[in-house]
Amino acid sequence: MSDTTPLTRRGALKCLAFGGAGTLFALAGGVFTPIDLAVAAADRKGTAALGKPLFVQISDTHIGFNKEANPDVAATLNRSIDIVNGLPEQPALIIHTGDITHLSKPAEFDLAQQLFSRLRTTEMHTTPGEHDTTDPTVSEYFNRFGKASGNKGYYSFDHAGVHFVALINVLQFKPGGLGTLGPEQLAWLAGDLKGRSASTPIVVFAHMPLWTIYEPWGWGTSDAPQMMEQLRRFGSVTVLNGHIHQIVQKVEGTVTFHTARSTAYPQPAAGEGAGPGPLKVPTEQLPGMLGVTSAMVVKHPSALRLDDTTNA
Amino acid sequence: MNLRQLLVPSVQVLLLVAMAAVVSYATAAAAPEGSTVVMAKDFMFAPTSLTVAAGSTVTWTNRDEEPHTVVSEGGLFRSAALDTNESFSFRFEKPGTYRYTCSIHPRMVGTIVVR
Repeated sequence: MSDTTPLTRRGALKCLAFGGAGTLFALAGGVFTPIDLAVAAADRKGTAALGKPLFVQISDTHIGFNKEANPDVAATLNRSIDIVNGLPEQPALIIHTGDITHLSKPAEFDLAQQLFSRLRTTEMHTTPGEHDTTDPTVSEYFNRFGKASGNKGYYSFDHAGVHFVALINVLQFKPGGLGTLGPEQLAWLAGDLKGRSASTPIVVFAHMPLWTIYEPWGWGTSDAPQMMEQLRRFGSVTVLNGHIHQIVQKVEGTVTFHTARSTAYPQPAAGEGAGPGPLKVPTEQLPGMLGVTSAMVVKHPSALRLDDTTNA
Repeated sequence: MNLRQLLVPSVQVLLLVAMAAVVSYATAAAAPEGSTVVMAKDFMFAPTSLTVAAGSTVTWTNRDEEPHTVVSEGGLFRSAALDTNESFSFRFEKPGTYRYTCSIHPRMVGTIVVR
């Protein structure tokens, strides 16, 4: 379910030289084409010709996690930050798709913010994960990152002609169920999208998948179909999330769904094992399973393309 | 020395080790005396349904590497995120059926029946 890019022998050798493979998604005429990032990274000129870097997605930093699967999540986040800071052209925005912390503790949030402050790109947008909202008053996240949304958790903004929508789907769990957006948020979204031209590229991001990847593990959002109805008329829609710590992608008409890797620790593929806990892998394999996603605006009409890069 | 003689002391040693482990766990987790323990392990509460007498204290201990929470459906109790081997206790005063879930993994559900 992860990187499925067919590779030439030469491309495969380049990937091995980088130690891990990422995936790049190029969109043309409403369809994304996955390209291995290691190949793209080896060809800076060719990559630069594809467009202007717009944003980098980081996800599931889980600051505070210290178990065997990765005893030093600050170090792997730092490595991801180094990769971003080393991009030849800095992205305009950073989008964090949640689980900033592991246990919602103030010290974890403080350390995360301290680490993020090293990013050369200073504009950061966030949405919380369920790990960020376990404190009894659900206030630690909102005290630090709630301003953009008036403490609601959902908000929108525009950048370079792209309309970005941050959604929150980790506050209204029903026992045994999936994530939920809720009627209030869906009504807000309808109002937010109303009157926007169908040619406006839309990026929607939330923590839990906005499409059902694996229901038994809660890898989905119960009322996401109502959200999809509202997005269907747009010519270019990119839906991003974190939560599952691995890359899964799907293209459905004009909508591309993409889940990001974690910068902290990998998780098993859907249904493998008792549940979605930390996956222990040999140390040398870990960097190849962590990473960041960056996106570029391509000068093609209404097109976004995404790159995944690993920490290897 | 026959097989039986060999086995018996080993079993005794094992029991002692096991008892020591239980004692040290109880100290570390500071579980209130006489409480009933529900474990969270492998993304399940066990037992999923527990019946206790009114006035009992129930303690949940997380035995997974992933954190879990204990959040009652009606809002009566709510733990912070419990990391590995951390515990949460709640004293049930009134008879009734109390359903709870883990807010991080909402498919984890359990019930406490208070008689």
